[in-house]
Amino acid sequence: MTAGTSRTARRADVDPRPARAVPYDLVREVLVVCGVVLVLVLALSAVFSSPDDPPTTIRSFAQQSPLVFLHTALGDLDGSGEIASYGPPYNQGDHAVQYLGPVSLQKLAGVTIPINTAQDFVLGPLQPLATVEPPVAAALDRFNAASPAQRKAWEAAYGTALDAAVSSGATSLQAPAAAGPVGPMLAGLLEEAQVGSLDGLLLTSSRFYATDYTKPLLFLQGAAMHNRASALNFLGTQWGMMNETGSYPGQAWLWLYTFWYQVPAIATSPNGDAIVWAIMAVLTLLLVLVPWLPGINRLPGRLGVYRWIWRDWYREHPVGPPGGTFGPAGPPGGGPRAGP
Amino acid sequence: MSTNLTARLRARLVAALPPEQLLPDSQPEYVRSYVYVFGAMTLASFILLIASGVVLALFGPGWWHASPVGHFFNSIHFWSVQAFFFFMVLHLWAQFFMAAWRGGRRITWLTGAVTFVVSIGAAFTGYLSQQNFDSQWIAVQGKDAMNAIGIGAYFNLLNFGQMYTFHVFLLPVAVAGLTTLHLLQVRRRGVVPPIPPRELGR
Amino acid sequence: MVGPTSGEARTIGSRVSHYVHYGIFLISVPNLIVIGAMVAVFVLALVLRLPRHGRGA
Repeated sequence: MTAGTSRTARRADVDPRPARAVPYDLVREVLVVCGVVLVLVLALSAVFSSPDDPPTTIRSFAQQSPLVFLHTALGDLDGSGEIASYGPPYNQGDHAVQYLGPVSLQKLAGVTIPINTAQDFVLGPLQPLATVEPPVAAALDRFNAASPAQRKAWEAAYGTALDAAVSSGATSLQAPAAAGPVGPMLAGLLEEAQVGSLDGLLLTSSRFYATDYTKPLLFLQGAAMHNRASALNFLGTQWGMMNETGSYPGQAWLWLYTFWYQVPAIATSPNGDAIVWAIMAVLTLLLVLVPWLPGINRLPGRLGVYRWIWRDWYREHPVGPPGGTFGPAGPPGGGPRAGP
Repeated sequence: MSTNLTARLRARLVAALPPEQLLPDSQPEYVRSYVYVFGAMTLASFILLIASGVVLALFGPGWWHASPVGHFFNSIHFWSVQAFFFFMVLHLWAQFFMAAWRGGRRITWLTGAVTFVVSIGAAFTGYLSQQNFDSQWIAVQGKDAMNAIGIGAYFNLLNFGQMYTFHVFLLPVAVAGLTTLHLLQVRRRGVVPPIPPRELGR
Repeated sequence: MVGPTSGEARTIGSRVSHYVHYGIFLISVPNLIVIGAMVAVFVLALVLRLPRHGRGA
């Protein structure tokens, strides 16, 4: 057409033959297309609506699975929980630290959102309850005054009793005397959770306004959400990033990202996330740089789909011996040149 | 040439993109396939995304959970994003099969591909802004990947306020800006001409 | 195998889509429909003829 064609006609990678200009209405096309998409989207919205599964709350978790709640809280208290030993950016643990070769970007970034699970998830939230329930206050005082070894012993006794209760199918736990103050403390935390206070206590701490859900989500991120997510095929090893609640399409465009988690060596690697990021960074760069990649930038010429797209042009502008056409039959050897 | 900077800038802009090229009323005869329409379909979906997003933003992030009207606008937003990626990927396929980077159009491809990548981030933060189980799970799952490469503290998926502002402001502005750049390049360079038959190639 | 995903999500109140499971591939029927539609629309766009624009000039 205009400047674009004349500027590029000398290049060998575009068809140099002059093309007729035919009437066209850009604005009309955009308006028609907007109308079509609007009708399509309105119809889909009216017929299928959209998914909205309610969130898991600490309250619903504590009410439905009190023993799993106690197990989570004990792990936060005694340091055996996932977040307690997670590592940066939350703390100095190494449970979830990932490496790419010898380098850990995670460790380089450092601890920027400090989380002490015992203090932030158990001891701190018990303070409001302790002001109205003297037994909880006494238990907290006793726990805080005890030696680390004594605390470990109480926590271990509580853990043993909890495991026994879980395997016996019980729905509640009578903490043994050997668990010392840990029994009334975790019973108090469960009580706070079941009435819904813990959701708020983890969210706001000392502030009034809240927009940061880091703490409540880190509290819930283990068993509380895992079972529900697994049943929805949301896990990484279930192509979970593509999936959606209800009968709805999900983020299907993440197919390649989530694909890598189906590769056993990556799925089981402690550095899986870092490896997938590295692979996707390279592949994304390749996508962006396709025009500059030798071989790839000529691939469309070999694939030949373009012969369908421009079939009228090739038919109306034959080349070669009179009567011969350049068409779907094409020249042997993979067709015309696809670019420089 | 004039020393008036405004005049010089205007002259350069008009030379780079004359009005008849910016809003053409004719096009080369080889533009004769429905695959050319996928780009416009993507743009239409994006316009609808912005429009439904503006309505959702006017009433705040909690509105659509409680109001049937709000839920309907959420549905429009949800299906718009499905349509947006649907047509954007078809557009990408078509441009790939046409080798549309030929004839000095490599930067056009580059801006399009970058727009695709940024759009994935925009959609991702949208899923995080829904305030439902999806958002919770995507946040706690995704945080490990963000943390693994050291950006978890600066792009904290568990921080609703941060994700919401990324979704309703920063990333839509980025996608809109990149799209504008992409469209201006398409208008400037024109639609890619056919691949030359081998007999005509050098 | 095609079948509803069983279990826990239902008890929490989530509806669960049907999934197709083949080897390492696990995909929900809605996603499969979307991807199938993409391929179909692309092929149709290649095969069908765009009418000449004649109204605009």
